[in-house]
Amino acid sequence: MIVERTLTIKNEFGIHARSAAMIVRAIEHCRSNVFLERDGARVDAKSLLDILTLACPKDSQVVVLADGDDAREVVETIAKLVDDKFGEAA
Amino acid sequence: MIPDEPKRTSVLQGTGVSPGVAIGVAHLIRRVDAPISRYQLEDKSLVSEEIRRFRKALKDSESQLLEIKRKFKDQEGLETLYILDVHIMILKDKMLIKQTIQNIEDKGVNAEWALRMTLDKYRDVFSKVDDEYLRERISDVEYAGQRILRNLAGVHHETISGIGDNAVIIARDLSPADTMQMKVERIQGFATDMGGKTSHTAIVARAYEIPAVVGLEKITSEAKTGDIIIIDGTAGAVIVNPDPEIIRRYEEKKRHYETIEDSLLKHARKTATTLDKHRVLIGANIEFVEEIPSAVQHGTDGIGLYRTEFIYINRDRLPTEEEHFCTYKKVVESKGIRFSTIRTFDLGGDKFISDPRLAAEMNPVMGLRAIRFCLREVDLFKVQLRAILRASAYGRTKVLFPMISGMEELLETKRIFNEVKKELKRDGIPYGKDVKIGIMMEVPSAVLIAEDLAKEVDFFSIGTNDLIQYTLAIDRVNERVSYLYEPLHPAVLKLIRQVVEAGHKTGIEVAMCGEMAGEPVYTMILLGLGLDALSMNALVIPRIKKLIRSVTMTECRKLVEQVMTFNTASEIEFFVRDYMRHKFTDDFEVVD
Repeated sequence: MIVERTLTIKNEFGIHARSAAMIVRAIEHCRSNVFLERDGARVDAKSLLDILTLACPKDSQVVVLADGDDAREVVETIAKLVDDKFGEAA
Repeated sequence: MIPDEPKRTSVLQGTGVSPGVAIGVAHLIRRVDAPISRYQLEDKSLVSEEIRRFRKALKDSESQLLEIKRKFKDQEGLETLYILDVHIMILKDKMLIKQTIQNIEDKGVNAEWALRMTLDKYRDVFSKVDDEYLRERISDVEYAGQRILRNLAGVHHETISGIGDNAVIIARDLSPADTMQMKVERIQGFATDMGGKTSHTAIVARAYEIPAVVGLEKITSEAKTGDIIIIDGTAGAVIVNPDPEIIRRYEEKKRHYETIEDSLLKHARKTATTLDKHRVLIGANIEFVEEIPSAVQHGTDGIGLYRTEFIYINRDRLPTEEEHFCTYKKVVESKGIRFSTIRTFDLGGDKFISDPRLAAEMNPVMGLRAIRFCLREVDLFKVQLRAILRASAYGRTKVLFPMISGMEELLETKRIFNEVKKELKRDGIPYGKDVKIGIMMEVPSAVLIAEDLAKEVDFFSIGTNDLIQYTLAIDRVNERVSYLYEPLHPAVLKLIRQVVEAGHKTGIEVAMCGEMAGEPVYTMILLGLGLDALSMNALVIPRIKKLIRSVTMTECRKLVEQVMTFNTASEIEFFVRDYMRHKFTDDFEVVD
């Protein structure tokens, strides 16, 4: 099963080290292959370094793509982190 | 045996990332960044051995970071601990591991080289990121990478200890693991070769309000453990092995920095006008262009004293005219200032020329320095004058000559100055039409003939530091006589009055740019003596302005009259402090 969703980054600093770490930690044990895409670049969402190289600032759009039997849950998890601004104070 | 030479002063410019002034003793943190060599693996069987070494180094690195994290869990804020978690995640990053192993396998190289290739690839990718904060995250990758490399090299010891009090930390760069092992709250300042506004050092320094300058490029090779270091986090400058005079100046800056209150800034934008409508011009004393924005923010009308010495210090060859010019142009062009007073070279010749004839004088303060040196080395002097004049085409410029002691010196200086002007005119090089020239009034003999000197210049600027020490015959650096350094000595007050009267008789402006001008306790006295302008450390301007705005010239003059009836310095000092304490109950309670 492939699930895809476009997310808008809302937190002040974008996807920096801390938020990238939260993504990796949340999904590293899932069964799906998970990717993030921005401006034609695609990276493995289970690699902190790869996520950082996407350099997503505030207001940028990122596509989450998961392939596997828990794809729906995985995308949901990442969407929730992004929507909650990774727990950053408003 | 070679006798101990005085340590060489050097000045480095970087990015000031946490404001304030620190004066301390250097503690150099030297990393054994083992140079990385490339080895071609001769035998395919060695590949698995390299991979095993790499995995072990990852494992060791991880347990070290976990250990640091465990030890410091209770002491630090969550934020720093989180960065350690990020580093641990980098160590476990699937892409980092995958690529490095692939490099070992495909290229047949040793683990160190394979990792370096991976790190370089990330460095390349990160360098293309627009966002500065994200771009600097490469430093986190580097911290983690360096740790793996150290473990590959078998270097495990890197505990940072033995940092004394008053330490200024000097390093290539500082990682969170480094700062966590220090008692950061006891550290005076940070100076690093690398880094920018959002690097780890900067973040930690701001959090603890410790002055820091990063991006100095070569501070680790300029400074040694034990050297005296001044860090000016506001101007982004670091001074290694400053001489006592510079240290004193920065101690003053530091004191002002620590006493400035934000509430005073609201006085900054108003003019320094007394209740009976007498306006005093306020200037800032600076040594770096980078200090100007802060000076403007603190309400300066202009630059009352730009000390040009740092252009000369710390170089192997003399600064070129172009280098002088670029610096002065930046000063005079700065936004928010109405004038820039540039003082010509004011050091002993020994400061920058290794000419044995100019070597160590018995008494350098009274030796071949300042204008005396310039009049002897006319070619050097002309380079600076040309540059100042060329810069004057870009903003209102005043030139200030230091240490004039008599008419001959002044006339000779003016002759050279006019000659340079003529040369520029002949060559069709533009310069300001109305460049004012002035002299420092700091040698008692000049004060005694002030009426004559006044006819030859556009302004006077009283340098109280030297005037006091020459008048009272005391060496300020000599602790055994420094108790005699009394700004309110009746002789000093009489000399100041004499300069003001001589200047005003001829109709020229009389300013003061010594430390006394920035001491609130003396402000009323200086107003009463009739000074037209006061130039001081920028940080103290709001306080002085607030004070000026709450007094009248009438009471200031009356205070001076009363003071002049005493004949000892201690009586005057006591009287003035007591007067100020009673008049400004809030502002002078702790002054003593």
